Amino acid sequence: MPKTVLTGNYTVALAAKMARVEVVAAYPITPQTSIVEKLADYIDRGELDAIMIRVESEHSALAATFGAAVAGARAFTATSSHGLLYMHEWVHWTSRARIPVVMAIVTRALAPPWNIWSDHQDILGQRDTGWIIGFAMDNQEVFDMTVQAFKISEDPRVYLPVMIGLDAFTLSHTSMPVDVPEQEELDKWLGPRRQGYVIDGSEPLALGNLAWPEDTEEFFMDLQRGMEEAKNVIREVDESYGRFFGRRYGGLIHRYRCGDAKYHVIAMGAWSGDLMEAVDMLREDGYPVGLIRMRFIRPYPDREMYELLSGSKGAIVFDRAISYGSLGPIYLDVVANMARYTRRLPYIRNIVAGIGGVNVTYSDFYKLVKETIDDLEKGVEPSVFTWYHRR
Amino acid sequence: MVEIVPIKYRVPIARPKVGVAGKTGSWRWVKPVVDTSRCTRCFLCEIYCPDNTITVDPEKGAIVDYEYCKGCGICANVCPVNAIEMVKEA
Repeated sequence: MPKTVLTGNYTVALAAKMARVEVVAAYPITPQTSIVEKLADYIDRGELDAIMIRVESEHSALAATFGAAVAGARAFTATSSHGLLYMHEWVHWTSRARIPVVMAIVTRALAPPWNIWSDHQDILGQRDTGWIIGFAMDNQEVFDMTVQAFKISEDPRVYLPVMIGLDAFTLSHTSMPVDVPEQEELDKWLGPRRQGYVIDGSEPLALGNLAWPEDTEEFFMDLQRGMEEAKNVIREVDESYGRFFGRRYGGLIHRYRCGDAKYHVIAMGAWSGDLMEAVDMLREDGYPVGLIRMRFIRPYPDREMYELLSGSKGAIVFDRAISYGSLGPIYLDVVANMARYTRRLPYIRNIVAGIGGVNVTYSDFYKLVKETIDDLEKGVEPSVFTWYHRR
Repeated sequence: MVEIVPIKYRVPIARPKVGVAGKTGSWRWVKPVVDTSRCTRCFLCEIYCPDNTITVDPEKGAIVDYEYCKGCGICANVCPVNAIEMVKEA
């Protein structure tokens, strides 16, 4: 398989093209713009047989993507930050209508103050919308996760839309070699688009009529069931992708040096790579620490996390977002979901950092993890919540 | 090409059919009465009726389905030749 040097954004565009998307509706926003620019370029050159709908806002971008998908097209869009917030109404419509759609989110801080750098506040703000939410660590995973997203979204056991997160600039505008499968192989693996119903004008169908409270609640109970089934589907898709293309990530989570780990660190996104460096350094210094990387935050990998953390001597969840007045969103999930399995919670610390694009490097991670483990070994528990900030 | 693989979950779609929301009953207090001799078959009342209860027949003119008509009077308002009169129910 040929390796191509690609930015994160061009990787998303190539993956969408190779998934043979038929409709792209988008509105430009930094740092997402070069995804849809590249897709427009593919269409213009005749390399992609798709319709590009240029809309007047992100609200319309997702509405048009949704409409195309309802009519039976493999449809795609991408956005960032305020664009995602502006879409929020249609984000709910898409999942509640059980329509497969894939959307890339190049994560970017929210304003004010105006900021174009990465944190995860935008994508995690969509946590409760009924979308499957994945997050890639590097451009290779951006490719793999984008094509996998179509497979997951269009699985009849799931039929839910999927968001793929990638960090602004760290991935979106940074190049790395990406292993790109042959088109023919990918076609064979992905297959044609599937969806539960189509509204294309051939027969009258109404979407979103008034429903009684009991009916409405049952729709949303089914959505929760779809999410539960998505856990298995994500594991299966990871496995079958591995058989075809040789790359497996571990399903909902990626375990890095967790086999004999006594301590655990948990993170999501590009900075997990820095955390891996820190884990390697700590291992060299004799610290038995492993990284659990969240590949999917929705559905939440509750069983995997319980199995890894139930015997942990201590864990740190690094959040690149915060639920103001509470704690980091990933931390809240990690701790709350432990309660589904056990009354005995290990020490789990929450460090919020990297907000507004503040650079957090492997040396920061090394220091924070080392200090935490040193304290715990001395019988001292560091404060559960820390907002780590430096200049 | 799209493959339609039936869904096992509830989805918020519906096939529209006549009377799905029930008949109007007895609460309508005015009803549209069409003077078919003045009706020009312009179809405006059929297009504007929010409950889709008017059919314009090229021979007979506008025909109102009183089982479902709510008596809102939009048809009488849009009729360009005043062929529809809102008459009090008995």
